[in-house]
Amino acid sequence: MKDVKVLGPGCKRCETTEAMVKAAAAKLGIEVAVEKVTDYAEIARFGVVSTPGIVVDGKVVHAGGLPKQDALEQWLRA
Amino acid sequence: MSTDTLAGRHDGPKHDPLRPWLAGLAAGLVAWGLLYSQLVPLSEWLVAQLPVERTSHLGSALAFFFYDTPKVVLLLTLIVFAMGVVRSYFSPEKTRALLAGRREGIGNVLAAGLGVLTPFCSCSAVPLFIGFVSAGVPLGVTFSFLIAAPMVNEVALGLLFGLVGWPVALTYLGFGLAVAMVAGWVIGRLRLEGWLQGWVREIHAGGEAAIPDAQLGFVDRLRLGLDAVRDIVGRVWIWIIAGIAVGAAIHGYVPADLMVRIMGADAWWSVPAAVVMGIPMYTNAAGVIPIVEALLGKGAALGTTLAFMMSVIALSLPEMVILRKVLTLPLIAVFVGVVGSGILAVGFLFNLLFQ
Repeated sequence: MKDVKVLGPGCKRCETTEAMVKAAAAKLGIEVAVEKVTDYAEIARFGVVSTPGIVVDGKVVHAGGLPKQDALEQWLRA
Repeated sequence: MSTDTLAGRHDGPKHDPLRPWLAGLAAGLVAWGLLYSQLVPLSEWLVAQLPVERTSHLGSALAFFFYDTPKVVLLLTLIVFAMGVVRSYFSPEKTRALLAGRREGIGNVLAAGLGVLTPFCSCSAVPLFIGFVSAGVPLGVTFSFLIAAPMVNEVALGLLFGLVGWPVALTYLGFGLAVAMVAGWVIGRLRLEGWLQGWVREIHAGGEAAIPDAQLGFVDRLRLGLDAVRDIVGRVWIWIIAGIAVGAAIHGYVPADLMVRIMGADAWWSVPAAVVMGIPMYTNAAGVIPIVEALLGKGAALGTTLAFMMSVIALSLPEMVILRKVLTLPLIAVFVGVVGSGILAVGFLFNLLFQ
């Protein structure tokens, strides 16, 4: 079970990112627990400056803007 | 540019992914140039098709509208594409690393410049602010960045360049950067760290998030440019149409002598009035430039008009509501006061310089 966090205060891009993560996981048949982190303090603690950001199993893999589809699948597989 | 010369420069593998992009880019630029050169005949032809007297108020307003709309869309597409490519070389994380621990003064200058070049969406303003401050970027330097980003808007700059002329565009760039540097420096001197919301001071961010730097090829950057066009032009076209409609109404109906009396260089009070009026008005930079163009055409003073424009773009209520989460009210008041004074100074100075 992969633990994925989507960091973002709740703008449209953040919601799109969350949907992309879920869709990619479903496509790959990987079980994920997706959590949205909207608290600014918590986002800052990850060291992320630009949202949306993505954290996979506690590691920041992406920040600022929508992720690329192939990169996203790579993070989920790793 | 012919494809032969392009092919000649690439002796690499047969299917160079860059080649179709360059060919498409060249074709796009040619089409762009052709369209751009036909704007006047096109708009006159459109007005002639309508049952309206060309010399009437309505005819003059319509001609302005039909000429400006395609022109603004063309300019905007080109600017946003170019900026999208340039910005792919910058990121808020890199900018923060550049600014962390930087001394005031040089830091303010650097921050203002990076504020123009670093891409970030307005919903990122708060995480960005916290990220900067907690990483040891001085408060004043952070403010220089946050002021420059909306104040020197690349869309506004490009449209001013195309619609009003390069002297005005360059002066706008220079003064916008100057306001961001000086305002940030002043805020830094005032030592207002204590006026941040309490929880912001307590965060010490987990340092650098080691985000693997995505290896971007030039094709990726061109693609990012196209994404920016789709995203930004798709989002702001409604503001553009609204702005051009207002500009057209001013162009067609407002008598020039009235404009000179209200917004002319002799009416000193019009500069502060323009700034105050601009705060609650919130529109995209792309929408306000056609209004600027029409105002200037009717004899409004340059300083007054630019003060209005900067106030509309840089001081917006929605942004203050967002910043309220990290700044206390007195700090927001200082922010508005310092930036507002800067804009006022620019307005008065322009009116003096360009009389």
